[in-house]
Amino acid sequence: MTNAAQKKTKNKSVYASGPKQSAIESHTFAVLVDNEPGVLAKVIGLFSGRGYNIDSLTVAETDHDASLSRITIVCSGTPQVIDQIRTQLEKQVPVRHVSDLTVSGPFVDRELALVKVVAAGEKRIEALRIADIFRARVVDSTLNSFVFEVTGDMGKVEAFLELMRPLGMVDVSRTGVAAISRGQESFAKQSIQ
Amino acid sequence: MSTTEAKRKASQTHEKKPQAMTGAEIVIQALIDQGVEHIFGYPGGAVLPIYDEIFNHKDDIHHILCRHEQGCAHAAEGYARSTGKVGVCLVTSGPGATNAVTGLTDAMLDSIPMVCITGQVPTFLIGTDAFQEADTTGITRPCTKHNYLVKSIEDLAAVMHEAFHVARSGRPGPVVIDIPKDIQFAKGMYKNAKDDVHKGYNPKTMPDMDAIEAAVDLIAHAKKPVFYTGGGVINAGPEASQLLREFVRETNIPITSTLMGLGAYPAHDRQWLGMLGMHGTYEANWAMHDCDVMINIGARFDDRVTGRIDKFSPHSTKIHVDIDPSSINKNVQIDIPVVGDAKEVLKAMLHVWRARKYKMDQDALGKWWEQVEIWRRKNCLAYKHDSKIIKPQYALERLRHFTEEDPRDTYITTEVGQHQMWAAQFMPFNDPNRWMTSGGLGTMGYGFPAAIGAQVAHPDGLVVDIAGEASILMNIQEMSTAVQYKLPVKIFVLNNQWMGMVRQWQELLHGERYSNSYTESLPDFVKLAEAYGGVGLRATNPDELDGVIEEMLAVTDRPTIVDVMVDQKENCFPMIPSGKAHNEMILSPDAAMFDKTLV
Repeated sequence: MTNAAQKKTKNKSVYASGPKQSAIESHTFAVLVDNEPGVLAKVIGLFSGRGYNIDSLTVAETDHDASLSRITIVCSGTPQVIDQIRTQLEKQVPVRHVSDLTVSGPFVDRELALVKVVAAGEKRIEALRIADIFRARVVDSTLNSFVFEVTGDMGKVEAFLELMRPLGMVDVSRTGVAAISRGQESFAKQSIQ
Repeated sequence: MSTTEAKRKASQTHEKKPQAMTGAEIVIQALIDQGVEHIFGYPGGAVLPIYDEIFNHKDDIHHILCRHEQGCAHAAEGYARSTGKVGVCLVTSGPGATNAVTGLTDAMLDSIPMVCITGQVPTFLIGTDAFQEADTTGITRPCTKHNYLVKSIEDLAAVMHEAFHVARSGRPGPVVIDIPKDIQFAKGMYKNAKDDVHKGYNPKTMPDMDAIEAAVDLIAHAKKPVFYTGGGVINAGPEASQLLREFVRETNIPITSTLMGLGAYPAHDRQWLGMLGMHGTYEANWAMHDCDVMINIGARFDDRVTGRIDKFSPHSTKIHVDIDPSSINKNVQIDIPVVGDAKEVLKAMLHVWRARKYKMDQDALGKWWEQVEIWRRKNCLAYKHDSKIIKPQYALERLRHFTEEDPRDTYITTEVGQHQMWAAQFMPFNDPNRWMTSGGLGTMGYGFPAAIGAQVAHPDGLVVDIAGEASILMNIQEMSTAVQYKLPVKIFVLNNQWMGMVRQWQELLHGERYSNSYTESLPDFVKLAEAYGGVGLRATNPDELDGVIEEMLAVTDRPTIVDVMVDQKENCFPMIPSGKAHNEMILSPDAAMFDKTLV
């Protein structure tokens, strides 16, 4: 339905129509949480329950003694939604500290992908050549297949997959993004203060 | 100190030295150490060890047996809201827990501090689809502030105390503790960890002074300011209401409030504009629309309050005081956010106001008040009295008259619908913690169990549930509870035989196509009350009303249902139609306002 058509329709809803949308941004969050049962479900549930988009999510324990895990979330939304995501994350009981890396300064982000390519002849050689350009390593090989390991930011991994697709890519496994701020500031230390 | 109180004190553990106890003993000891006097519950297989322990502690903890777990949860809410304490309920696994979910969600949306203990199948049966097993922590994750599944007896004591801390601190909310049956039997160490705060959870309550100073300076230079307060002021305790009153009077600024915030400011005061929002007063909504400075204290810009969001108060600079940072900028862009507890913020604001000797611009404020009085003269709550048919508004005016004359403290609860809005418009709320209604979730069936909770907390209080005939049937089984504990709760049913608010929307927006909103067979409420062992009364015309209300107020030992047969066609006005702004509100069912220009 066009906007004009919508305007003519009588609104029978008990809710007013939604506000106008502003531009979508992508943000990378680092979240330090107590490593307790259900904490990941809580974070994911917050996104699904409020209709936010997750583009990438990684989680692993980073401090065994203190039983803390670090979650890296890449998500997209309007500036208002991004702000809501941060404050909603911060108010969860098991969440110790949240940092919007996109806002707080320069950061490094890396992702690892394992890519299986089945090809013969010229395509097989071309795959190897491109892998070399992307500094991808061959971690498994048969006479008609390779498994490449490629590391980089999301853009680099996407570009690599794009090139491998016509060359016989059959499977991809990606870790999701791990991210950390540049410089001497410590995220874990901030969370203690 | 009374003897029971002395006994309670004796039962509390003062030592932090760990003692060996069973899980069930730990649960009860933690409740005693937390100062819990009443719990609302319903037994079942997976909580039997805890019930066995309750049997040992009859003098310390009074268990109120409700008739449905939803009733338990709402009763705990009513108890919490009327006392400011944490409400506690205890239910069994599976259906016990799922029945409590509506109450938990209600408490979540209205920020009610509550701890709900649920039984669970033994740890070795979890995940096997055992009898009465449900994934309680999974189901309740989105509708609780936090929840716990206790898998080790060593965690139980700490979890019990942490749950109370989480429920009451920051923005209050419901917390679930799911305890498997084998953990209730297991032996472990108990430590009175009442004062040990959670390692990571310490919400900010003290406001930032720069924000306070900016806010007070803005208020002092306002020409058309308005206070818009909410449930956050109630949750911050009676002192917050007191500070609000001082600040509002010293500034002489008009004040309105959300449904949840009624009672923080006295309704009989000259500066009070009445409730705002969809069924708020004309003067409150127009003041919100036309103001130049809006001072929101503890409210969250709910869609029932703002109306059309892009036309909401277009010319104002907005101050938002909230204890929950995620409430700020959620629905409305804020100019001066102040994160903190309403009491602390008001204290700081008053301090700055007095220390700097600020004065309002009397000329501008005088003109603003003149405008407010013009809006007020619309007399937007007026209705046509009828000598033959009881108008619901008239019934509430009579109820208001008699409750005001009554020497007892009056506590009002409501169900959800037209009667709820009329109650908010017509009942006098002069003190905090006297008004309990389901604001955020809009739960039909809330009011009666909540009234039971309030009456348990205030045995000498006058507790009235203003109900509709449809809502009251959703938790009518609690009559049995009220009779058992001799609770003289009054259920004042505005009976129009329709789901009134549904019918109103169908009439105004769906071309009078009344689909399934009429109840063709209703019980005889008088006989129903008597069948349960309560008192049943009925008023069918305006002349009978006063006598029936007096009779109702005289009952002191059991519940009373008053069936007030009211006008079936009456609609609730004023009203902001959906998609409209505050300055487009209507005072009567003027068809022109519901035309096709709605967006």
